Amino acid sequence: MLRRTILKTLVAATCALAISTSAQAELKGSVNYIIPFGPGGESDISARFQQPFFKEKFGQDLVISYKPGGGGAVGWASLNGLNGDGHTIMGVNLPHIVIKPAQKDVGFKTEELNTFHMFHFTPDAIVVTADSPYKTLQDLIDDAKANPGAVVMSGSGKASANHLAQIKFDKMAEIKTTYVPFKGTGAAVTALLGKQVKAEWGYTTVGAKQGDAVRMLAVAMEERHPLFPEVPTFKELGFDMIGGAYRGIALPNTASADTKAMWSKMISEINTDPVFRQKMLDGGFAMLDVDADQMDEFMKARTEEYLKDAKEAGLIK
Amino acid sequence: MDFGSFLSALTLLNIALALFGVVAGTIIGSIPGLTATMAVAVLVPITFSMEPASALILLGAIYTGAIYGGAYAAILLNTPGTPSAIATTFDGYPMAKRGDGDLAVALACFASVFGGLVGALALLFLAPPLASVALAFGPVEYFWLSIFGLSLIASLSSGNLMKGLVGGAFGMLLSTVGVAEISADIRLTFGSQTMIGGFDVVGALIGLYCIPVLIDLCAVPDRHLKVEEGVQKVRIGEAARIAMKSKFNLVRSSVIGTLVGILPGAGGSVAGLVAYSEAKRTAKPEQKFGEGEPDGIIATESANNATVGGGFIPTLVLGIPGTPPDAVILGALLVQGVRTGPSLFQEGGSIVYTFIYGLLIATVLMLPAGLLIGRYAYKSIVTIPKAVLVPAVGFMTIIGTFAIRNSISDVIIMICLGVFGWVVGRFGFAASPIVLGLILGPIAEQGFVQSWTIGAATNNLTGMFFGRPISQAIVAFTLLTLLVPFMIARKQRKAELEAKA
Repeated sequence: MLRRTILKTLVAATCALAISTSAQAELKGSVNYIIPFGPGGESDISARFQQPFFKEKFGQDLVISYKPGGGGAVGWASLNGLNGDGHTIMGVNLPHIVIKPAQKDVGFKTEELNTFHMFHFTPDAIVVTADSPYKTLQDLIDDAKANPGAVVMSGSGKASANHLAQIKFDKMAEIKTTYVPFKGTGAAVTALLGKQVKAEWGYTTVGAKQGDAVRMLAVAMEERHPLFPEVPTFKELGFDMIGGAYRGIALPNTASADTKAMWSKMISEINTDPVFRQKMLDGGFAMLDVDADQMDEFMKARTEEYLKDAKEAGLIK
Repeated sequence: MDFGSFLSALTLLNIALALFGVVAGTIIGSIPGLTATMAVAVLVPITFSMEPASALILLGAIYTGAIYGGAYAAILLNTPGTPSAIATTFDGYPMAKRGDGDLAVALACFASVFGGLVGALALLFLAPPLASVALAFGPVEYFWLSIFGLSLIASLSSGNLMKGLVGGAFGMLLSTVGVAEISADIRLTFGSQTMIGGFDVVGALIGLYCIPVLIDLCAVPDRHLKVEEGVQKVRIGEAARIAMKSKFNLVRSSVIGTLVGILPGAGGSVAGLVAYSEAKRTAKPEQKFGEGEPDGIIATESANNATVGGGFIPTLVLGIPGTPPDAVILGALLVQGVRTGPSLFQEGGSIVYTFIYGLLIATVLMLPAGLLIGRYAYKSIVTIPKAVLVPAVGFMTIIGTFAIRNSISDVIIMICLGVFGWVVGRFGFAASPIVLGLILGPIAEQGFVQSWTIGAATNNLTGMFFGRPISQAIVAFTLLTLLVPFMIARKQRKAELEAKA
């Protein structure tokens, strides 16, 4: 609460300053919110959650459009060519914006993206069907130790959050599992429910959506998710794993510092709305409030970790 | 039978929403480039302020309308308005060319309504048991299903098998350009950043189908479509009679559409192709598929509209979207606070049933609305002078392609593909095999890689690919589709030889 007050005062001061120096940092019309993936994916749904709150708080429409292709690369490569007057913003995803440019030249570099806020993450989780013989994480580890490679797990994409989590966990638990990449979380869950695989590397959102049909063995959070008080964290079980797929928003790099501060404040305000927070928690998300000032530090830590894991696994050179 | 839900679906607001949705969907779907997914995504914000059931009815009505609307451009311009209508071009455009465009449009409407009703009724009565179909399909089944779809190339290019296969292989090659969906490799971009996004299917459809038509329109002096001068009969009755006569085809195609709709990762285009393939395989000798056979339109259009109801089955029962528009609708429901999944049919029962009745009402309303819009669309395409038609359609293709992801490079790729398609078309390479390869290539690749990974990990590669009953059935159907044309040809040759002797 105190932090919020300080933040608010700070932001109010910045805004007052902004108004006195230039009148640029205000919204004059609707905002184009570009999602670099297709409609209906998790990033789209997250944006849809923000949409009504934005309209209610700031009076302007948040119009969502899509620029899919290349696992997000097509959108991110185009971001800095767009108008930086604050009426165009784009969703960004971790680890995507770190891993993609590290693989090959995809038209953008991680540090070129003007990310101003990270608002939530979907924590990694190992998901099994309700009738699975794996009752606990230890059951899965025992099976994988007895039958190296035979524990087949689905996940969304290669060199993705799910894949990096699998690589990391295998190393920590000293086991060998087989990871099968699917096109998106929906397909990975379908494979799990259809018993094509023994477990899924998914997120807490899968547990929220599937309810009684699935069981989560552990979640990669600092503390247990309020929606799943009975599911242990990896940390409790002795594995230092905290992370998942992070979502945030970026502006074109031509945007002024005022515009950036204004946006960081607006997204923070939606993110701290108790109704919004409850909605997101009910959906299985974990909230995060990394604003513009904390971004550099946050990105540096994440980037180092992702690149280290991906390099060790041979996903990037 | 939940009578209360039926009554709440019948409120004035819900009926008005259903009608508006069907009309808006039909018009959006008829424009190449604006797909059903796009139509639904654009209208989602409107539904935030509505009751969940009304929101669902509106989105479902738009969706079903858009799938039907895709047939107009397919029949009248040889360009599928949505990917679901690809197989509608095979016979629809030849019918329109010979002057039967109005008949084709009316047939498409009857078939769409019938298919839509079958899908929605399956959703109403059989949703929970049918949802297990979605789970029975693993990577191997998708692999074989895509191979089955590709086998259609053989029967599409009769007499020109080699060229068809080359086209199909070329389409599959095109589909690998860009970032690979599951392996995340960046392939065949030749260092160009524009190619990272790969070839968008909708853009490729517009280029390969529509641009050659436009070039031909400019190159030849004839009218676009042949029109019978003088007597302008109403051909709705004739269409109804043809549809009645093909009731077996209607039912079979609708069932195929419902089942394929349930499969996440297949969708309307695959449903239409599979139903077309089956209709062609079981055709009577006098039916000439590909040259304007009404049964071809009936098969595709009933199947693709049946995917609407079918696709909602896994969406509502399992929380797994059956088709891309379902994914958008699922998102809208989550924002509304409606939890789909196993519990919805019990806890949220009344919402679900109100929606299903709403979808049924919307489908029925599509009959008058669709026939009216269809006649208007046909009349305007036929009467517009070529000098207006060509630039208008040309403009539409550019807007439609640009709208996919606001990218001018997609437009350039579309035009280049179109010119390329026209040139190779002169040498007998048709567009359809290329498109089939482009759509089915990624499904085949993913299924193969996943099956191989799982098979190798469990030391059971052969069992993985050939040991599963559903796979075996699909392989059997594929062999039938591939071999039947050869057997018929052999029989004919034998008969000819005997007649000579």
